Amino acid sequence: MAEDRIRVVLAKLGLDGHDRGIKVVARMLRDAGMEVIYLGLRQTADTIVAAAEQEDADVIGLSMHNAGHLTLAPAMLGALRAADLDIPLVVGGIVPDDDAAGLEEAGVAAVLGPGATAEEVVATIRRVVRGE
Amino acid sequence: MSIRGAPVEELIRRAIAGDRRSTGRLLSLVEAGGTEAERVTELTPSPTGGAHIVGITGPPGSGKSTLVARLIGVASGAAPRPAVLAVDPSSPLTGGAILGDRVRMTGVDSGAFIRSMATRGHIGGLALAIPGAVRVLEAAGFDPVMIETVGVGQVEVDITAAADTTVVVVTPGMGDAVQASKAGLLEVADVFVVNKADRPGATGTRRDLELMLELSHVTGHEDADYRPPILMTNSLDGQGVVEVCEAIIDHRTYLESSGKLAERRHRRARFEVANRLQGRFDRSLADLLDSDPVRILLDQVAAGTVSPAAAARRLAQHLVPSEARAAGPQFS
Repeated sequence: MAEDRIRVVLAKLGLDGHDRGIKVVARMLRDAGMEVIYLGLRQTADTIVAAAEQEDADVIGLSMHNAGHLTLAPAMLGALRAADLDIPLVVGGIVPDDDAAGLEEAGVAAVLGPGATAEEVVATIRRVVRGE
Repeated sequence: MSIRGAPVEELIRRAIAGDRRSTGRLLSLVEAGGTEAERVTELTPSPTGGAHIVGITGPPGSGKSTLVARLIGVASGAAPRPAVLAVDPSSPLTGGAILGDRVRMTGVDSGAFIRSMATRGHIGGLALAIPGAVRVLEAAGFDPVMIETVGVGQVEVDITAAADTTVVVVTPGMGDAVQASKAGLLEVADVFVVNKADRPGATGTRRDLELMLELSHVTGHEDADYRPPILMTNSLDGQGVVEVCEAIIDHRTYLESSGKLAERRHRRARFEVANRLQGRFDRSLADLLDSDPVRILLDQVAAGTVSPAAAARRLAQHLVPSEARAAGPQFS
């Protein structure tokens, strides 16, 4: 049923050119039957909020490989709150375990590390979209 | 603000007031189809005058998205609230899709509304969703509304042809004059764009298109008052984009002054109603074919005791009123 088709906005936030991982994730989600709105490199929190509104996103995925996650993920959460958007945010990439707990405490719905399998990625997205 | 459970009337009220998230949600309802989609369409009648609906089509990789981004930049002076419906194919295997048109539209005017749509496997659904989505965007005050599709397949050509103005984007190296004279996409163009015109072969492509247009004159398929312009662009650096924007506006002016705008809108109405009827018909047909008595008939066809043509004749009375009358009361 088309109505449950999950729409995911995927983006790289800020100055981080490592986009191999996010392209792999986009493909994982596509092959799991989701619609991936791929924004690509050098997005800002504002462009991601605008895209999420226009695309009626069920979830936003950020890929981070430049150690900026402790600054950028909270900034993204702040922009979502400022826009009154209750869309879950998932962070993927190189995030040390010690940081992951802090991000989840700050409001990130889930953190996916470099070892995550396609099944884990897909299951995590489905879980956060269900609001669990 | 929870938007998922909000009633359609409330969403429309908010969308008209400028809430983009409500517009986004309405577009999802239209895309999902069913009774809520019908309700959205009923509550968003096309306003008189309406937005200028521009179809932009061409083969994958011809530069449509980049051109659209450039057009938004040029158009935002004259018509400050452009919207784009960017259609990309769904995977036929999983139903998923990677919708990447926004990558080429990074940095466009933030007043523009861009929505990515997947074909979702059933192209008939798209034929219903696009007119519904256009209505939502019109009601929310967007003008022009650009529909970007890969110009392959009849329905996609139909969708694009149902626009007020159809722009066909081609690139050098797409083939020779014989390719250009093949029926299809090129016939529905109101404006031709030869994009990537800095590449070798661009003037040859232009010549082939000119020849094709000349031949329409010979066979009488020419509109004596309007000849589609052929414009050379490089959408990466923006060369020629202003001229494309002017050509689109000129075409709209021509439609208005010649009375052809009403003709196009009639065609669009016919297309939309026909698609809705087709949807109902397809459902009735599926129900009929899945019913138990028909199963037995189909088994007979499979066994060779009844011919497919005879079976179809017998079943037609259940779907087509004129056949039922012809068949008489004994079959009803």
